[in-house]
Amino acid sequence: MRSKKPFYPYTLWMAIFVIVPLAMVLWYSFTDNNNSFTLENFKYVGDNLSTYLDSLKIALISTVVCLVVAYPFSYIMCKCKVSTQRMLNTLVMLPMWMNFILRICAWVMILRPQGILDNLLGVLGFGNNTIYHSETAIIIGVVYNFLPFMILPIYTTMAKIDKSLIEAGEDLGCNGFKVLKKIIFPLSLPGVITGITMVFVPAASTIVIGERLGGYSLLGDVIDSYYKGPSVDMHIGSAMSLVLMIIILISIAVMNHFDNGEDLAVV
Amino acid sequence: MKKAFSYGYLGLVFLFLYLPIALMIFFSFNSNTPVTVFEGFTFDNYLEIFDNEELMESLWNTLIIAALSGVISCVLGTLGAMAVYNMKGWKKKIYSNVSNLPIINPEIVTGISLMMLFVFIFGNNLGMLTVLLAHVVFNTPYVLLNVLPRLRKMNVNMYEAALDLGYRPTQAFFKVVLPEIFPGIFAGFLIAFTYSIDDFVISYFTGGTFQTLSVYINNSLKKGVQPWMLAMSGMIFIIVLLILLVVNIRDAKLEKAKANKKY
Amino acid sequence: MKKIFSLVFVAIFLVGLVFPLGSCSGNKETLTVCNWGEYICDEDSEDGKMFDVIKRFEKETGIDVKYVTAETNETLYANMKAGGVNYDVIFPSDYMAQKMINENMIAKINFENVPNYSNVMDDFKDMYYDPANEYTVPYFWGTTGIIVNTEVCGSVDSWDDMWTDAYPNRVLMFNNPRDAFAVALLKLGYSLNTTDEAQIREAGEELKKMKFNYVMDEFFDLIPSGSAVMAAYYAGDFITVSEDNDKLEFVRPESGVNLFNDVMCIPADAKNKENAEKFINYMLSAEVGLANTLYVGYSTPNKAVLELLPEEIKNDPVAYPEIDEKWERFEALPNDINDLMRDLWVEIKSSNK
Repeated sequence: MRSKKPFYPYTLWMAIFVIVPLAMVLWYSFTDNNNSFTLENFKYVGDNLSTYLDSLKIALISTVVCLVVAYPFSYIMCKCKVSTQRMLNTLVMLPMWMNFILRICAWVMILRPQGILDNLLGVLGFGNNTIYHSETAIIIGVVYNFLPFMILPIYTTMAKIDKSLIEAGEDLGCNGFKVLKKIIFPLSLPGVITGITMVFVPAASTIVIGERLGGYSLLGDVIDSYYKGPSVDMHIGSAMSLVLMIIILISIAVMNHFDNGEDLAVV
Repeated sequence: MKKAFSYGYLGLVFLFLYLPIALMIFFSFNSNTPVTVFEGFTFDNYLEIFDNEELMESLWNTLIIAALSGVISCVLGTLGAMAVYNMKGWKKKIYSNVSNLPIINPEIVTGISLMMLFVFIFGNNLGMLTVLLAHVVFNTPYVLLNVLPRLRKMNVNMYEAALDLGYRPTQAFFKVVLPEIFPGIFAGFLIAFTYSIDDFVISYFTGGTFQTLSVYINNSLKKGVQPWMLAMSGMIFIIVLLILLVVNIRDAKLEKAKANKKY
Repeated sequence: MKKIFSLVFVAIFLVGLVFPLGSCSGNKETLTVCNWGEYICDEDSEDGKMFDVIKRFEKETGIDVKYVTAETNETLYANMKAGGVNYDVIFPSDYMAQKMINENMIAKINFENVPNYSNVMDDFKDMYYDPANEYTVPYFWGTTGIIVNTEVCGSVDSWDDMWTDAYPNRVLMFNNPRDAFAVALLKLGYSLNTTDEAQIREAGEELKKMKFNYVMDEFFDLIPSGSAVMAAYYAGDFITVSEDNDKLEFVRPESGVNLFNDVMCIPADAKNKENAEKFINYMLSAEVGLANTLYVGYSTPNKAVLELLPEEIKNDPVAYPEIDEKWERFEALPNDINDLMRDLWVEIKSSNK
């Protein structure tokens, strides 16, 4: 148990497949095609500043929406019978198992011109919808995709709260709101933080959703275009990824500051 | 009143989560193209799935990658968890943070960085092997995080006792430690398997011409919404629903048995 | 517990057994073909003239074909340059073939293995992108133009008409920089091969003025279904979609269009060069060429195929127009102009709100 030997394979693995790739991102960001040092690649980060801001804004709004929807949802879930809770939990998880691309495909089908929503509006005598290819459509898509990732961790931590603590609070004269504020919320905070991380990070770097539902490129799509798309230039792509990574890691560090747990909670 | 409001709220959220899926399933029985104007009832779209060789191949690819990467991640993740368990102080902090990087990092960063590594090593031969490696990279931390708490809960004396009784360390590991931490490994495997099946971004960047289901659907979606995609959603929904139901019923039974035992 | 254990080990064992079996098939003769969407016949027709071209090739030769599609010349280039992908046959357009040849990405074809090359019309030999006929074999040719749903939009006659707010999100534009910039350059009356930075910037501004729906192959879903009502796209694809929707019309604006050839090439790093040559030869045969031409709708550079085509197709002004002097072909652009276009394209795509 104390022997070091079995750990070498894992350490080696980590070095090759975690450290080296990130080192390559770093290397590419600061070099040009002739392998000489340059800061030119970061000029593109500046040029795409508005894309960064757009993506972060969408991620932020989506995270807030998810949180606002998920918190009361989890709270109500916890108040249900145990068997009902299990069923509800399953129902929340089920859409996660549907393929990511298929989930987006569903919204394309609904929102696009002359799609399901337009046909419905037409029957009711309204004009075509204006949601398709807008920021709202992206937010709907992101929230739809990641809502379960917010609900599950919050619900899991909330369900673990010792009921006697709540009763004690009530006995000591706290009303429902005060119990929520003083007992349930602080104890469910680790779940909230996990949820926020699990929604914000993928939302800020999402590919496909922006182009499909919003009609324009978000940060993920732009980075993609430097690797597999028309712009192909791994140096610029690396620089943009590096900055994205730093932003994300800082936000996570800030978030974890609020939480004193040692490990990431895992769904 | 309060209860009605609560249930109403739950219902509303579920409506949001399930309406798009329900619509997809509804229109999967549509015999018409464009897919969203209902004309007549048909099962053809479902039959089309099995005729589509590329689709079946990508489905098979997805399952193989998920199973293999799940198993390999279990081995690596367990080794990693033991490494972290045996470390102390800042070393431990750095080690566990670095090993978590693939899941903390945005998927796209993990994807492009692995793609660059693989192109560097394998040249233009990206394919099944690179996708498998990439999936192991992002699955291993999930196993690690599930095994670690089990190790912490374990009684170290048991392992020492086994050694005292003459077991070799490897023997002691397989006979004493492994059974203790197995539920953690198994949970890690299930998570890894699930994430692997759902993954799009990593496979997209590291796959070359090798297509998993997500990549194939994405490539096809570029040609518009196809009737078989809706049928595919219907199929996945039914299969997942069945699996979850079975698991649920089994869990409920186990819990009941446990509760009965107490009395 | 023990049961689960043994179960898992059996599972591992089985998977371990299947895995090498799966990769075993690597010993078989293979060929990786990267084409555009809807650009090869994969349907059987009742008269037998159309058939699944790839399947027949596999049957005749025993070669296992991996068939994939790319969306645009630019993504094809990216995949070959940086994506770690290996193809044996690709179908780039003229300017991209030229660029790839310049960058030593294309292998010389051994024409001894391609006897059917004699079917190619002389007009399509000695082209500027391959002056010595060493690297490329023409596949199809065509022009761009506007496809319009006359029921909704009425008639349209110039590129300017695409800049309209009347049909939000229903006007489609090429989702690749070269073709999209070409539309804007034509609208402004500039050359498609301009190297004047100011003109390219101006064209970029034009594209930014309008909120287009940038798509490629999704065209085949959006236009026939009526979801989109106007599109800048290729003539041959109009012929395909007009079968499903008779309200559609194809317009070549006065100010000009892009005239293009798509060619078959073998990448320099192809692993199955001889199979690739076999495939190219097969594609040039009259029977296969006819099947492809009937299905794809683009114009054939193959005289053996042209002879077999029904009169109404041969005389269709959409597919076989009289070539106007004003129609321009793309040439490979210098790197700095490519970079400028690339940067503007990222800007256009991320500000398309």
